[in-house]
Amino acid sequence: MSHKKLTLKKRLHIIKHSLRGKKMAPAFNAFHTFLFTPDETTHSGSHVRGADDLKRTMNTVILALLPVLVFSFFNTGYQFYAAIDAANGTPRTVDLFGNFLTWENFWLGFTQVLPLLIVSYGVGLLVEFIFAVIKGHEVEEGYLVTGMLVPLIVPVDTPLWMLAVAVVFGVVIGKEVFGGTGMNILNPALTIRAFLFFAYPTWMSGDKVWVHQAVERTGTADAISGETILGSLAQNASYSYSTADMFFGFIPGSVGETSAFLILLGGLFLVFSKIASWRIMLSAVIGALVMGLIFNGVADMGWVGESSRFYGLMSFDFWKHLIVGGLAFGIVYMATDPVTGSQTNRGKWIYGFLIGFISVMIRVFNPAYPEGVFLAILLMNVFAPTIDHYVIRANVRKRLKRLKNATILPQADAGKMEELQAETV
Amino acid sequence: MPTDIRIKKGLNINLVGAAEPSTSQAVSSNTYAINLSDFHGMTPKMAVREGAEVQAGEPLFYNKDFPEMQFVSPVSGELVEIERGARRRILTLRILADKQQRVLKHQPVDVAKADADAIRAFLLQSGCWPFIWQRPYDVIADPLSVPKAIFVSAYVTAPLAADINYTLKGKEKELQAALDALGKLTPGTVHVSVGKGEDSPFAGLKGISLHTVSGPHPAGLVGTQINRIDPINKGERVWTVSPQDLVIIGEALLTGIFNPKRTVALAGSCVKQPKYYTTRIGAEISTFLYASGVNETRCRVINGDVLTGSKTRPEGHLGFYNNAVSVIPEGDDYEFFGWNKPVFNKISNTRALTFSWLRPKKKYDLDTNTNGEHRAFVVTGQYEEVFPMDIYPMQLLKACMYKDIDEMEQLGLYEVAPEDFALTEFICISKQPHQQIIREGLDLLQKEIG
Repeated sequence: MSHKKLTLKKRLHIIKHSLRGKKMAPAFNAFHTFLFTPDETTHSGSHVRGADDLKRTMNTVILALLPVLVFSFFNTGYQFYAAIDAANGTPRTVDLFGNFLTWENFWLGFTQVLPLLIVSYGVGLLVEFIFAVIKGHEVEEGYLVTGMLVPLIVPVDTPLWMLAVAVVFGVVIGKEVFGGTGMNILNPALTIRAFLFFAYPTWMSGDKVWVHQAVERTGTADAISGETILGSLAQNASYSYSTADMFFGFIPGSVGETSAFLILLGGLFLVFSKIASWRIMLSAVIGALVMGLIFNGVADMGWVGESSRFYGLMSFDFWKHLIVGGLAFGIVYMATDPVTGSQTNRGKWIYGFLIGFISVMIRVFNPAYPEGVFLAILLMNVFAPTIDHYVIRANVRKRLKRLKNATILPQADAGKMEELQAETV
Repeated sequence: MPTDIRIKKGLNINLVGAAEPSTSQAVSSNTYAINLSDFHGMTPKMAVREGAEVQAGEPLFYNKDFPEMQFVSPVSGELVEIERGARRRILTLRILADKQQRVLKHQPVDVAKADADAIRAFLLQSGCWPFIWQRPYDVIADPLSVPKAIFVSAYVTAPLAADINYTLKGKEKELQAALDALGKLTPGTVHVSVGKGEDSPFAGLKGISLHTVSGPHPAGLVGTQINRIDPINKGERVWTVSPQDLVIIGEALLTGIFNPKRTVALAGSCVKQPKYYTTRIGAEISTFLYASGVNETRCRVINGDVLTGSKTRPEGHLGFYNNAVSVIPEGDDYEFFGWNKPVFNKISNTRALTFSWLRPKKKYDLDTNTNGEHRAFVVTGQYEEVFPMDIYPMQLLKACMYKDIDEMEQLGLYEVAPEDFALTEFICISKQPHQQIIREGLDLLQKEIG
């Protein structure tokens, strides 16, 4: 039989068997299993298996992120042109089909965001492949989602080399040293974000980084501004965005975090498909609202004066915290990471609530960088095992209590054995 | 106290090819075999040599740790082969059946008058004892232990399993005798669970606590019912017996004869005419498999149901405990973009572009493909949806994997058997071998604690 007559399936099968046990097998298998679900059959236990695997699970999260990614292309362009108009004294109001969903916006955003996406996936997957080949295990799917999240949670002008360094750090220190996908303590995407924030703070915070070219143009005649709403509030300044702008996402911010509307749709899809935990999402929203209400109360009672540097954020309507900044994005796509979050259903309620609660708290009390969600999630990642521990202890205690109240029958002794032997002879 | 148990968590796996309620007599098998792997954790010691002539009901081997526990031959004939594996471990015993069957008859027992010791001695001697299993550890019951209760599940929810309301119809007398006898072996209660609204042969029996159960699989598993009725504590023993084995026990008590007759469901999408056959324990599966016909070339023949059964071949033999043989297609083929395209022909507990939630009653033709590769545990909260016990399944599995005896105890390993984790294994996204993990955990616990 000539090789030309072989189908792709057959040919890959032959290559797979020729590579079996060799160093490069995991690398080949990663591509092979991308194209074809393996021909593996069950060996022990249940002879039939459900339809889902980890690839499908990760793919579902990516599907939920796609609308956000496409929106980010348009918004990146729109914010850039809007800032120029504003600098020229002709501020824009958004018109979805008039000046938002335009080819011009899309192309600018596409050319800015796509390199971030390529670097994120390229570098991250390279590290994953290297580790898989060295350690001789299969390439695991965890980075498929991480690689998509990373470009969406950084400012648009983040230099690519910085992103590459951060991705290497995040994947190696955040995940691989613990043993890879499923073993990590901290969310890898947020580890990358935290690395960027602490290593290169000038590129990650301030009033200039959120709109394309705003930093480069500083001090020139073409200077543009790109302050986020939270940034304005932290300085007790006013902002010029309507609630609808905030909800639909026509505001400056990290690449993909702005559209609460599309994030909400993505979240609903993830809850419906049973991939992400609704418990975490709901309790995080409740936590954020509670903290927001407390701050509103404090502001209304007059306990902080209008001159206080916390006043702007404290008096910000409590529910609006959910539609500005990265809170919605964090709750839907990052807090629900099953590996680093709480793993028990009861624990998820506590874990989610505290994420929402602490996020808003950090926002208000950290005016230098008025965003808290990534720190809150990382903090709760660290505490998730502790929360689970106490939830599980409750179950253990119930069992011990049952044992205490039970009358355990005495089990037979050796004398009985002889008696029985006499009987059966 | 009879209870009405309603199970909400779970998942019914509806498969094509359930056995039709009609029964044929299987042609008699030339050879019979006892597969020693059916008796997990028991070390056998041969009672007869290779080449010996045995009667039906005569001991072939016994439990090395408990020599009174006899394992008897299902037929009369010549013990033609003792197949041994590594370190001369006995794997299979093969018996060439006589044309004229000779049967060993014991003195029948008058259950009403006999005391516990007499009944125990009879069951051990007649070869019926191995039908009694115990928890913790999911092994053959220790005859010297005192069970706090005995559980029988007569509610069937496993996919393609035999309908015992059909197969055990008219066996009320044997069931009653067996349950009466077992009742004398425990100071506690004999609990029997039947399906709610089902016409069960257990319905009118006396001296038992009859519970009704409803809900999806694993509501029919005895472990689920124990967890609801009277959970096992550390240091306690409970015994479990399958309904079809009660019939053999009952008949032995009434007549003195170990009668290994079984009505077996032959089911699965590969079987042309799925139906019931009467045969004996240890009979060659081909004696009834080809009578129904097989419509695929690459099939997997399973002793038992598709979730907990063991792999065998058409030339293989019916297991000691099985009352079903399932035949499903092998899935050793690749699927192009199987991980991202919408799935309509497989069962899933999620809705991640899988659509089995649209038609919960639809019957599926599942094969043996794993539908993905083995991974570390990643997703959380999904096992809990199909695991109705008050136990944290993933945490218990992990405790078994890292062999922390204290944690295994505290998280409830005493209460479970591998079969309780068949459904979590089925839906597992990481394709972890749950039943094997639990089995190894139980073995370790038994070795360390005993």
